Amino acid sequence: MASTDATTTNTGAERIAAAFANKAGRAALMPYLMGGFPDLETSRAIGLAYADGGADLVELGVPYSDPLADGPVVHDAGTKALAAGTTTEDVLDVCRTLSERLPVVIMLYSNLVLARGVEAFVAAAAQAGASGLIVPDLPLEEADEILAACDAAGLALVPLAAPTTPDERLRAIGSRARGFLYTVSVAGTTGERTGTKESFAPILDRARAATHVPVALGFGIATPEAAAAAADAGADGVIVGSRLVREAAEADDPATAVRAVVADLAAALRT
Amino acid sequence: MSTSEAAVEHRYGPYGGQYVPETLMPALGELETAWVAARTDPGYREELTVLLRDYVGRPSPLYLAERLSEVAGREVWLKREDLNHTGSHKINNALGQALLAKRMGKQRIIAETGAGQHGVASATACALLDLECIVYMGAEDIRRQKPNVQRMELLGATVVSVEAGAKTLAEAVSAAIRDWVTNVATTHYIIGSAVGPAPYPAIVREMQRVIGDEARAQILERRGRLPDRVLACVGGGSNAIGTFAGFYGDPSVKLVGIEAAGDGIDTERHGAPLTVGGKPGVLHGALSAIMQSPDGQILEAHSVSAGLDYPGSGPEHAWLRDEGRATYIAVGDTDALAAFREVSRLEGIIPALETAHAFHHILHGDGGGSELDLLCLSGRGDKDLAEVLARG
Ligand SMILES: Cc1ncc(COP(=O)(O)O)c(C=O)c1O
Repeated sequence: MASTDATTTNTGAERIAAAFANKAGRAALMPYLMGGFPDLETSRAIGLAYADGGADLVELGVPYSDPLADGPVVHDAGTKALAAGTTTEDVLDVCRTLSERLPVVIMLYSNLVLARGVEAFVAAAAQAGASGLIVPDLPLEEADEILAACDAAGLALVPLAAPTTPDERLRAIGSRARGFLYTVSVAGTTGERTGTKESFAPILDRARAATHVPVALGFGIATPEAAAAAADAGADGVIVGSRLVREAAEADDPATAVRAVVADLAAALRT
Repeated sequence: MSTSEAAVEHRYGPYGGQYVPETLMPALGELETAWVAARTDPGYREELTVLLRDYVGRPSPLYLAERLSEVAGREVWLKREDLNHTGSHKINNALGQALLAKRMGKQRIIAETGAGQHGVASATACALLDLECIVYMGAEDIRRQKPNVQRMELLGATVVSVEAGAKTLAEAVSAAIRDWVTNVATTHYIIGSAVGPAPYPAIVREMQRVIGDEARAQILERRGRLPDRVLACVGGGSNAIGTFAGFYGDPSVKLVGIEAAGDGIDTERHGAPLTVGGKPGVLHGALSAIMQSPDGQILEAHSVSAGLDYPGSGPEHAWLRDEGRATYIAVGDTDALAAFREVSRLEGIIPALETAHAFHHILHGDGGGSELDLLCLSGRGDKDLAEVLARG
């Protein structure tokens, strides 16, 4: 198993680096879950099932009223989680549980960080065992304060790079990346799409040339074939979101169902 | 980035910024570069000026509303944006941005709309300039602003119903931004108010400042003096910022923005983030006064007028408020509905429900010692008839 013992490393960035270094497959498997969806306890069970199924790292989403980077599946799950009363604090509690098994990177929108206060939020996330933050509406230009707070607290602020990002800008993003560089595979919101080694390779090559941290590919990877194609194209990590959130929405027993999907993805990355 | 930071402001004090997905950042840079080039390009200026004159009907008249003045107890002058082609101030911005999109080589236009006025203005500009037009509109607004939906479709636009959340303006903006993230290479987003990530608030203000610039020259010519107060209703704040901008250099002129109090600002059902205050937050790419829960979730706004039914505000307004340069107050649904009828009978002008909020303040609010008010009459009320009459 690729899970990393927190006691052997002292910062979130190091724990993430160890997860990449010790990954079981050709690329680290990094599934996403929406905290509080379909309800808080089931989301906790889903995260644990990800670990059981062979995840190397988990991305834990905090539901938000206005998720600009998300497509309908993740948006819907967030809306339902909020309607069920999920709070940021609840999701941090799930983080606490999951971080005992594997590194957790919290994905949330900037207003949720600002509402609590940057330092207070980052401290709470670190307290909850998070290894890093992904803030999809926080480009380079707005990131200074949150990056400084994350660095001080030992959390990795993971930036996103898009297909539309020009090379020079990509280098600026890459040089400030902590943990890994989250490379978006297509211009668009989160959702299930298809992709091939040939379509992923140029994006990954460009990202790799711009940074010293591992490069993970996300937004649209939904099948074992696509995950394998991303690994073949040189991805250090593969992020799978909407496919798993949809499984959690549709299955009678979400934890069992997502575990099977994650296991299939993990198997595809091992062969 | 190739854009010049000094050319267009990104922040108003602490407010503004660009809190958007990375995918959009290059497009915002490209827009800023195109705007900086266009605004000083005599070709662009001339094309826009001629269209504003011959197609929109500018300059819009400044009208002394005598019967209304009598009731108010002071002179009230109306800047008649309701007489523009398509019936509101929104065409000033839509036309300017559509011309800009054409310069950028973007053939596909997306827009959001609340009251439908910005959607109609965008659909009109796109018909004129032969651009594809897709308008995102909340399902609730489609219901309450039906005539504008029919106009947009007649003009050749595709209206997409947005079913998320409260099904009103805020969700329509989010849906438009998601479309833009996906189709950014081919598409320009004509945002309809002075909101959104930089450089939008600055571009929209500059497109709308024709209101304030004309009004200032007109009142000086007609009355030989400046107004004591300049007033405008505030949804996102485009008609207000455009009107106010003409008077920034006149410290004696009080600037007053009127937001929607909905059921009351002591309830959660309003659209008055500037009036209520509270912790600023990020909505639609900018830090500004917004309505949010303690956790930072965006709250649903409420107003009888679709154009003011928005939980955010333009970042420059938040700064004008903090600086004490402008003040903001809120008027509720009931008062706005009454003013809608009152102004119709007093002046023979059926105002937009949005502007009716400001009329209530002028007629029945605290005059603040003003002897001469100048109000931006942002639009006409034909679109609101069914909704108002249904309320008895
Ligand atoms: C007539 C009219 N006035 C005012 C508004 C509010 O927008 P803004 O605050 O951007 O001027 C609208 C918006 O739809 C409108 O149609």
